[in-house]
Order: sequence, then C-alpha cells, then structure tokens
Amino acid sequence: MNHNVYLYILVMAAVTYFIRVLPLTLIRKQIKNTTIRSFLYYVPYVTLAVMTFPAILSATANIWSALVGFVFAIVLAYRGASLFKVAVGACLVVLILETFI
Amino acid sequence: MNQKRTCYINGLRDGFPIFLGYLAVSFALGIAAKNSGLTAFQATLMSITNYTSAGEFAALGLITSGAAYLEMATTQLIINLRYCLMSCALSQKLDPEVPFYQRLLVAYFVTDEIFGVSIGFNGKLNPFYSFGVISMAAPGWAFGTFLGVVSGSVLPFRIVSALSVALYGMFIAIIVPPTRKNKVLAGLIVISMMASLLFTYLPFVREISSGFRIIILTIVIAGTAAVLFPIKDEKGQEEKNES
Repeated sequence: MNHNVYLYILVMAAVTYFIRVLPLTLIRKQIKNTTIRSFLYYVPYVTLAVMTFPAILSATANIWSALVGFVFAIVLAYRGASLFKVAVGACLVVLILETFI
Repeated sequence: MNQKRTCYINGLRDGFPIFLGYLAVSFALGIAAKNSGLTAFQATLMSITNYTSAGEFAALGLITSGAAYLEMATTQLIINLRYCLMSCALSQKLDPEVPFYQRLLVAYFVTDEIFGVSIGFNGKLNPFYSFGVISMAAPGWAFGTFLGVVSGSVLPFRIVSALSVALYGMFIAIIVPPTRKNKVLAGLIVISMMASLLFTYLPFVREISSGFRIIILTIVIAGTAAVLFPIKDEKGQEEKNES
C-alpha cells in the first residue's frame, strides 16, 4: 500500500494536539476535591523525576560524565542556582569531562 | 500590560536552556529522519506540527515500514498520553479567566520541557510567560531538525553529547529547589527515580515502553502521595505544605 508522508504527519499532529488541548480547554474551573488537587500537584514532580533518571545516564557519550553532570546539577539546584545556570552548568561539566578525560 | 511584558521576557530567558537542549535532540532527530528517507521540508514540517521527541522518533519507524494510518494514530496516542496528564495539571495552574484562544496556544506546546518550566512558575501561570518560553524554545526544535537533515556534521559529536544534558539539568532545576522546604517532595522524587531505575532494568517490567512507564509510575506514585499527604489549604501549593 502506498502511504503519503504528509498524511502521516497530519494524523500524528491531530492525535497529539487532541491529547494536549482537551484537558486545557475542558477543565477550566479550579478542582475542589482535595485528593485530585493533591494528585495534580504531585504529578509534575513525579513525571519529571521519572523522565530524568536513569535516562540522563544514557544521554551523553559515557555514563560517568552523565553521572557527574547529574550530581552537579542537583547540588547547583539545591543551592538555589537559576534554571539557566543549572542547565548550562551540567552541559559544561559534561563537555569538560569528555574533552579532558 | 507591564506584567505581561515582564512575564514574556522571563519566559524568553527560561526558554534558552530548552532551546539549547532542543537543538541537540532535534539534530539527532533530523539525522534519523534523513535516514528514513524524509526530505528536509517533511522533517521540519513534522517537527513544527508535533513537538514530541519520542513520538516523532517512533513515527519515523512507522513511516519507513509503511504502517497503517490507524497504527500511527494509536502509537502517537500511547506515546503522548503523558501530555494529557500534564495538561490536566496545567489546567489547575492557569487562572480560570485565561481566554480560550490562549489556552489553545498553550496546549499546542505542552512538551515535557515547556510543561516543566511552566509548573515552576511562581503562583498562577501567566500565559505570557509560556508564550515567552515558546518563542525561544520552539524554533530550536524546528531549526535543529532541519540542520540534522541537511548536514549531519555541523555540530561536533562532543557538543551534541554535552547539550543533550541541558534538558535533564533543567528538569532537575525545577524539581529540586522546592525540596528544601518540602520533605514529602524530596522523598517522592527519590522514590520516583528509584522506581524508574527498576522499571528500566528489571526483567519483565523493562519491556514496558518508556511512555507507559512514565504514565504508570506517575499515576501510582502521585496517587499514593495524594492519599497519604493531601495538600490542605487552597493556596498551599508552593510553600505552605511543609507538614
């Protein structure tokens, strides 16, 4: 069967937008239920933590530079460095380690 | 008026690390797209209309194998279902007064990264902050894809490797600072990372795709936390829930 690349792109774009747009447009009020509100409050922290580790370990050329970058980023963030500093700091550590070691 | 402007500029600033990370990741995506036989125009169009790294990588495989359109739709639905959870969380972060068209725009760019910084916004999310982040970050995704297709050797491998960490560094910068005041969050993050580690390497559960892994762990861990440590008062989202 001959498939069209543009139709593929249209299908995936439609499905992906559908998923994103429904909750944001349908849930317009503040949810009152404490359990649901608490759940939604915790969601980002769990999701981002799950996505970060261990995926970060395979993001770079080797696991050790990534591990040092990971720990370095946590220390910077805990000490109150800005988003930008943490992100760029982690990049620099990885770059330096992979260049000189 | 002034507040919109300030928020927009702050968004641009916080969007920059995302721009760097996107450049690196979408560069790799562009190379993969080229190998799958897509033209630079097709690959860039896919990135502009989708903004989903895992979804687009999966789509390339499906396009190459000539999969059915329904299979494409189902795959995207499963891989990107986490955006639904993120949109639900964002819906509570937005003021109910935010107009419909602004919601449509914010929804278009619910990615892991843009969602992350939006949640980190102090208090109710001003959509103009999101627009700032989007203006800075989104072009990086499209441009990187384009660059990856037209030349696989513009960026040295070492640079790409280092830039890939930017996105994770950003996630860390979002989730770690609140743990100073909130020990429940600290515990939750450690548990989440350990669970994710186990699900990645343990036999049997490692067969679960990364998209489903994120959804399952989020629902179970955030759900348990919601029952055990409910947030008490209306405004206690940022600082007050220290108990």
